[in-house]
Amino acid sequence: MSKALERIYNGLIKENPTFVLTLGMCPTLAVTTSAINGAGMGLSTMVVLILSNVFISLLRKIIPDKVRIPAFIVIIASFVTIVQLLLQGYVPSLYDSLGIYIPLIVVNCIILGRAEAYAYSNPVIPSLFDGLGMGLGFTVALTLIGACRELLGAGQLFGYQILGADNVFYQAGSLRPLAMFLGEYTNISIFIMAPGAFFVLAFIIAAMNRIRRSAAKKGKRIAPASDCTGCMGKNCAECAGGLKDDTSIQKQDETPVQRNVNTSSQEQNGASVQDGAAQDTENGEGESAT
Amino acid sequence: MSDLMKVSSNPHVRSKSTTSNIMLCVIIALLPAAGFGVWHFGFRALMHIAITVVSCVFFELLYELMMGKKVTVQDLSAVVTGLLLAMNLPVSAPWWIGIIGGAFAIIIVKMLFGGLGQNFMNPALGARCFLLISFASVMTNFDYDTVSGATPLAQLRAGGLETNTVLDMIFGNTQGTIGETSMVALVIGACFLILMGVIDLRIPGSYIISFVIFLILFGENHLDMGYISAQVAGGGLMLGAFFMATDYVTRPITKKGQYVYGIFLGIMTGIFRLFGASPEGVSYAIILGNLLVPLIEKITMPKPFGKGGERA
Repeated sequence: MSKALERIYNGLIKENPTFVLTLGMCPTLAVTTSAINGAGMGLSTMVVLILSNVFISLLRKIIPDKVRIPAFIVIIASFVTIVQLLLQGYVPSLYDSLGIYIPLIVVNCIILGRAEAYAYSNPVIPSLFDGLGMGLGFTVALTLIGACRELLGAGQLFGYQILGADNVFYQAGSLRPLAMFLGEYTNISIFIMAPGAFFVLAFIIAAMNRIRRSAAKKGKRIAPASDCTGCMGKNCAECAGGLKDDTSIQKQDETPVQRNVNTSSQEQNGASVQDGAAQDTENGEGESAT
Repeated sequence: MSDLMKVSSNPHVRSKSTTSNIMLCVIIALLPAAGFGVWHFGFRALMHIAITVVSCVFFELLYELMMGKKVTVQDLSAVVTGLLLAMNLPVSAPWWIGIIGGAFAIIIVKMLFGGLGQNFMNPALGARCFLLISFASVMTNFDYDTVSGATPLAQLRAGGLETNTVLDMIFGNTQGTIGETSMVALVIGACFLILMGVIDLRIPGSYIISFVIFLILFGENHLDMGYISAQVAGGGLMLGAFFMATDYVTRPITKKGQYVYGIFLGIMTGIFRLFGASPEGVSYAIILGNLLVPLIEKITMPKPFGKGGERA
């Protein structure tokens, strides 16, 4: 059971798909105009992620290595179709507001990435919890971004008016001064437009990195490769040293299955995107040596 | 160029042009237009200028203290940013607009990219566009003294000048943002900057000339001098061309590149004004130009003698 908890912690905090791996940016930036949209997108993705992880893990010994990507896509697309039809049937309002981004879950690189990096080489139960953890991390991230954007851009939170005229505090008589204070707010509407998504995402990632770094100073390592994102505070040699260590660890972990290093499989077991960068530099060194 | 490259033994001539001297020149050059804005729009304009300048300086100080960086507010660049931003605000805007604009200009556009000299975009213009997108109704409401009216450019768009003449626009007796209305005051400031050697005419000249040529080619009534002079005198063209497009940090450093940049700005401003959704387009044009500066510099970089060229 500790394995399951470890997977969920990994997905939520250590390798949060949005804030640490920065994968799946298309839905992250496009649909988070409100908290409810973000949560809806995150939950839909989570369902697909769990189901596809489980089934890919079940079929991992049957799927031939050469056609694994088409096989993954077929599995993922089937579940996306199911989720799409369910949403259309039971929550049509959410279905309408998410629009094209529901079918686009098929090409969400978190799902394909977890299939390639985890489910294809791990048993069913850990894969299920890996999907659950990653999906939860994605949901929390999207809801958080959506809530910030909705609050700043429209003065609302999950559809309730918090800031600006006619806010919910007017209904409670004793909160009238607070209501009048909050009623002065003017919506900064850039936050529900496209640029606002970038601003909010950047500030949340900056805050997360800050927390990570101060935790690392206390000797507690939250992220395996946070050193690289924290390059600015250190000299290059330290950083490169850290990366080399990570690659060596990663080599031991690598499964015997031959893999192409492509964009969808940048993340490997227990390591993160930065290791992809490390591999690149490794390749580059190899080329320069020849 | 050859003078610059000459290496000699000491004593070297020391130039008096430091960052703060240049910024002081820009502030002095902006004062006529800002003063005219205060005279024309009243006390509220002074309040906007004061709030915006103070908040720009405050946020720069705050950021540098919080991040443990060297405090650089004494180079006056934050004051220039604040002054330019305030001159881009409509006088009827609420009082807090300068605080939000100042915070965005200094923290997000300037300091997060490394402070003065590293920002890829003019902070004042970045903040103006942020405010324009965020508070569209506030930022395009040019009513003052309970007199409502369209800006000259909006009138031109709607068919022709109605309440203002071109002479009004040259002297500044029109609606508009605090600092953009008076062409005369802006040109006086620009002449001062040119005499002091802070800016030269490469960017403003190529900007305005290419804009006029664009109007002649694509405007509704091609060679109507009244229309063209109204377009040149109206809106933020003078303020943008002389004070914002020439910002040292966000303009190309190569001479050829500066002409390319000016022509690009002229064409973009023409496109925005004639075919865009809003009657004004100077700030978006300059911001787009800012983004292209690295590319412009790359293609116009002069080759050192003996490098590159054709092989025999």
